[in-house]
Amino acid sequence: MSKKNKPEKSTQEPLFHIVKRSGLVWWKSWLIRLAAIVLALIFSGIVAFLLTKENPISLYATMIDGALGTKRRVWSLLQNLAMLLCVSLAITPAFKMRFWNIGAEGQVLIGGLATTACMILFGNKLSSPVLILVMIVTSILAGAIWAIIPAYFKAKWQTNETLFTLMMNYIAIQTVSCFVYKWSVPKGSGKIGEINGATQAGWLPSIGGNKYLLNILIVLALTIALYIYLKYSKHGYEISVVGESEKTANYIGINVKKVIIRTMFLSGALCGIAGFLLVAGADHTLTTDTAAGRGFTAIMVSWLAKFNPVYMIFASLLLVFLEKGAIEISTVFGLNKAFSEIITGIIIFFIIGSEFFINYSIQFRESAKEEQK
Amino acid sequence: MIVEFIPRAVVQGIPLLFGSTGEIITEKSGHLNLGIPGIMYVGAISGVIGAFFYEQSTPNVQPFLAVLIPLLCSVLGSFLMGLIYSFLTVTLRANQNVTGLALTTFGVGIGNFFGGSLIKLTNSEVPSIVLSATSRCFKQTLPFADKLGVFGELFFSYSFLAYAAILIAFIAAYILKKTRVGLNLRAVGENPATADAAGINVGRYKYAATCIGSVIAGLGGLYYIMDYACGVWSNDGFGDRGWLAIALVIFAIWKPDFGIIGSFLFGALYLLYNIVYTYMKIGFIEQEIFKMAPYVVTILVLIAISMRRKREFQPPAALGLPYFREER
Repeated sequence: MSKKNKPEKSTQEPLFHIVKRSGLVWWKSWLIRLAAIVLALIFSGIVAFLLTKENPISLYATMIDGALGTKRRVWSLLQNLAMLLCVSLAITPAFKMRFWNIGAEGQVLIGGLATTACMILFGNKLSSPVLILVMIVTSILAGAIWAIIPAYFKAKWQTNETLFTLMMNYIAIQTVSCFVYKWSVPKGSGKIGEINGATQAGWLPSIGGNKYLLNILIVLALTIALYIYLKYSKHGYEISVVGESEKTANYIGINVKKVIIRTMFLSGALCGIAGFLLVAGADHTLTTDTAAGRGFTAIMVSWLAKFNPVYMIFASLLLVFLEKGAIEISTVFGLNKAFSEIITGIIIFFIIGSEFFINYSIQFRESAKEEQK
Repeated sequence: MIVEFIPRAVVQGIPLLFGSTGEIITEKSGHLNLGIPGIMYVGAISGVIGAFFYEQSTPNVQPFLAVLIPLLCSVLGSFLMGLIYSFLTVTLRANQNVTGLALTTFGVGIGNFFGGSLIKLTNSEVPSIVLSATSRCFKQTLPFADKLGVFGELFFSYSFLAYAAILIAFIAAYILKKTRVGLNLRAVGENPATADAAGINVGRYKYAATCIGSVIAGLGGLYYIMDYACGVWSNDGFGDRGWLAIALVIFAIWKPDFGIIGSFLFGALYLLYNIVYTYMKIGFIEQEIFKMAPYVVTILVLIAISMRRKREFQPPAALGLPYFREER
């Protein structure tokens, strides 16, 4: 039967074909993204309903309560938002250059380790402002060195950076774990505990009684700085050119190797700052889970925001809100906390999928014919 | 000492072998699937769910069904994960790294969620998920293994899934190297535009390679839970083995048959800290350093193959790049 139909079919146009859009009005593309998020929320509402047998609307109320219910929760939300944003900012220059730095987790951890080391080793020896300055410098350097190693090999021998940076994560985790044992209090417990709890040496000061406010302000400043750096500086321009096409970059006289190493220095340095803020400004301790998967989540944030630092604020807000809300749902209904990861996954799938409809349009057979007329 | 150690390294290596064989097949089609860790979690938890319901439904467990049901559930679970990935990256042309990482978040979430909440969701009266009856069926070894002494322990002491892993790796190597399907698949991964011009259905190959790869990788999760962990689910118990499987792909320079030796070696490296501890009585700090071994070795291999620039050691040329016919 199929043989008979074949010649006829080949002359016919396919049912639909896909055309790249030359550019969509900004509000239309945001409408599509919004629709994707709404669809994703409906879909995850159905999933949540099937699992908990609760009214989906009350589920969302629980979510909002979990994320924004009390003053403490709002501050905690903002702190988590700032940290995720900071790591997202860090990986953005590298991603814009099409250098797939998935080693942010490790770079953050090493930055945190450097901060911890300074707090423990120099806690009683230096005055607080000097100590904090030393902590900042060492964690920036530590994060940057961790990032430059794969960048150097990428620039020199084209070594695959995705896999290299991925492996560096685990080396960082083991290094941290090693030092956590070394400095554990009490000895051999495998936990550092609160560092300098009595003297608060090396702790970032709280502003107006708000422990996290300084962290948030620092990240906000970094967001603006990175926005300007990427959009208006010569470095930012070079990064976009190398990202678009290395051949073009070579042709117009950009030293690609230098740009790769310089950008990864920046990327690692920002990760180091994130590590510093996490240890000195929030946790006051170090575990192998200090980065808490932000290195990976940040990639999704950065990509969802089209590498634009300002959009990243909203993307991180969405993900942190979902996480907090879903954790509340799981506590209230006695479910496992991993529920938030499922919801996050579903939302990201929908948004990733929606990009297709922003970049391409589907034209059906009839409409294609009409256009020919 | 060695006789005692080799089987342990092999048992550690088998989940990695499943994962890397699956990932090699996927990468040969030009897709870097970073969702493998999540897929392996889903493969494990689907099998656990299947086995859990089967054990709950019947007092006397039939060995045949006890193996078949979790196996089918696991295959179905990881197949669906592969389908999500290929729909997003092939049909909707999404970024592979982002999709893969989202898939890992999703898959690990599914694993830990159902692992932690299955008992509550089904209102059953068991304290924790312990599938010892199913695990016993999965761990069934050849009857004559014990009688052959050292030889038997080295070669015949494993369960059927371990042999399946090795067999699948050999078959994958054969198909990739010797058959037309393998040649076409490699062409798709090296240069999809040329493959398309030669009349190969690029999309279909990418879908098939990703889904088959996912199913194979998912079996690694099933093996881990049913054999290594004796049917006891613990959240995050699978750990970072999924990433290690991706590392193994590089170590095996994209050849499934190299992956067999590589997986045993990785299994040994994974256990290195434990061995050094047993024989040299090192402290916790030194153990943590030895746990770096597999990752350090992978990086060294990665650097070495990029420095030598030998053609057959390179990853597929179009790895990670989306393909859209109209955009050439």
